[in-house]
Amino acid sequence: MLLRLLFRNLLRHKLRTGLTLCGICVAVLSFGLLRTVISAWYAGVEASSANRLITRNSISLIFPLPLSYMERIRGVEGVKTVSYGNWFGGIYIEEKNFFANFAVEPRTYLELYSEYLLPEDQKGVFLRDRRACIVGRKLAKRFDWKIDDLITLRGTIFPGNWEFVLRGIYYGRDSRVDESQFFFHWDYLNETLKKKESLMADQVGIYILSVANAGLAAETAARVDRVFKNSYAETLTETEKSFQLGFVALTEAILLVIQLVSFVVIVIIMAVAANSMSMSVRERLGEYAIFKTLGFGGSYLGAMILGESLLVAVLGGTGGVLLTFPAAKIFLDYLGDYFPVFLVTKQTVIFQGLAALAVGMAAAVLPIWRAVRVPIVQALGRVG
Amino acid sequence: MEEKTAMVELRNLFKSYRRGGQILPVLRDLTLDIREGDFMALMGPSGSGKSTLLNLIAGLDQADSGTIHVAGVDITTLSESELAEWRALNVGVIFQFYNLIPVLTAFENVELPLILTDLTKKERREHVATALNLVKLEDRMDHYPGQLSGGQQQRVAISRAMVTDPAILVADEPTGDLDRTSAEEVLSLMERLSLEAGKTIIMVTHDPRAARKARSMRYLEKGVLASAPEITFSQPA
Repeated sequence: MLLRLLFRNLLRHKLRTGLTLCGICVAVLSFGLLRTVISAWYAGVEASSANRLITRNSISLIFPLPLSYMERIRGVEGVKTVSYGNWFGGIYIEEKNFFANFAVEPRTYLELYSEYLLPEDQKGVFLRDRRACIVGRKLAKRFDWKIDDLITLRGTIFPGNWEFVLRGIYYGRDSRVDESQFFFHWDYLNETLKKKESLMADQVGIYILSVANAGLAAETAARVDRVFKNSYAETLTETEKSFQLGFVALTEAILLVIQLVSFVVIVIIMAVAANSMSMSVRERLGEYAIFKTLGFGGSYLGAMILGESLLVAVLGGTGGVLLTFPAAKIFLDYLGDYFPVFLVTKQTVIFQGLAALAVGMAAAVLPIWRAVRVPIVQALGRVG
Repeated sequence: MEEKTAMVELRNLFKSYRRGGQILPVLRDLTLDIREGDFMALMGPSGSGKSTLLNLIAGLDQADSGTIHVAGVDITTLSESELAEWRALNVGVIFQFYNLIPVLTAFENVELPLILTDLTKKERREHVATALNLVKLEDRMDHYPGQLSGGQQQRVAISRAMVTDPAILVADEPTGDLDRTSAEEVLSLMERLSLEAGKTIIMVTHDPRAARKARSMRYLEKGVLASAPEITFSQPA
């Protein structure tokens, strides 16, 4: 009977119910998209490995480290593999075609980043050819690049036009892996710089280390930094996660605003839903008085109002959750260049569900209080 | 002739309402006994306290002071939840405007009070069918209130009031919103309930024709019992 009542009450004012459902649906959808933007921001952090450390110049990331540190780092107790690389900052045709591009030591880098899956034949060719590059599947698709294509990047940090031959297209081990990056041989960069007698030759942006035991990562990082203490280029070694979080911290204010907006959206819809429920309850106060007259207690009335409110919230919320997936795809189509990994996570869906339930519950509180508290004779208009 | 015991005993009842900072006394030191099985009409001018008295007897409102015994229970001592439980088992209320739940069918409206009992679904169905049969609306059980005439709605309301077999029935202007034929049907039904089922019925009415169906009549004026003016009760319609 209660369920029947809930559904029939819901259909009394179809327009009002429809609009409230739409409101909750859009709010939950917006909340989900904003949470997904935040998750995308942290994609690098999420994809980082506990076994990897990053060593950089302790003053700032923009100051390089000498290549000669390589062997000394490799010799530190606990360090298993060492690779290195530079942010290249090249532009493909025009600046709006932004993507991340790195010069890396390819053999060790691919060993460290086993989540980048490259077909063996392509890997072999890539390792042999110094002008070779590999790109992620999404990036290749974006520019319609094929194997053996010649790609020219205009250097910003390292001036000039740099030509590469596409020798491989990698894909991620799972959906969290960024498939929109561009890697090429660090030697190619270094040899060119040497030819130009640049001061930037034999300089490395970061070292990437793998440790045998993730539990000893902090200890190993401290050991590495001790080796270079009081040298002209002291190091700062941290876990890959901390390193990535450092980038996220640069945009913390924006993230905070997005988070705030996502909660404001929910609070607004709470008010809208509460208003809608209040209107319904105000109209039905007489009916609730009938229920009371028949002997129904406050808990039954409460269940009736809460049930109706939750039903609206759950229906609207489900719509919002279901729409989040196609909306995220559209979002990705337009803004994929900025968010290489834009996935609606299970956690986001759970948050959306919780937000919808919170809306349903919060919207019912005042109407329940009112319906339970109002005296029967007052609600029936039978005073006097 | 054996004197029947009192089903309702009211003693020194006071009730007032607060309106805009002013206290308006509605019932003043009212004492009244209503015998078991009586069909009593309660008359009086507007604002005389008839509905208030009915509300108090039905446990819908609380007195300022005094006692109300219904079937031996002093309902003025019951808490709100106890009072709700008591109402569910002991009182059937019939309103002027029927007060059916519009989204429930006639059957479901009558079934409502039984939800609170321990009856099985099958037993509930049987009770509802019997109650609707009593008011001759078994063929309209799937109709919503909006699909029924005023008289039919009031009969459904009487059926709902009767379905738990309560000790007393209270009716506030049960014919006030009905045409003459429908009013006659409803009053005949109440008369039958009193005579055949032995129900104690208290009916508030302005209509002398309705009052004449009752077996006793009390007149309320300015919150106290008074003698009825001849014209109100004795003139035929």
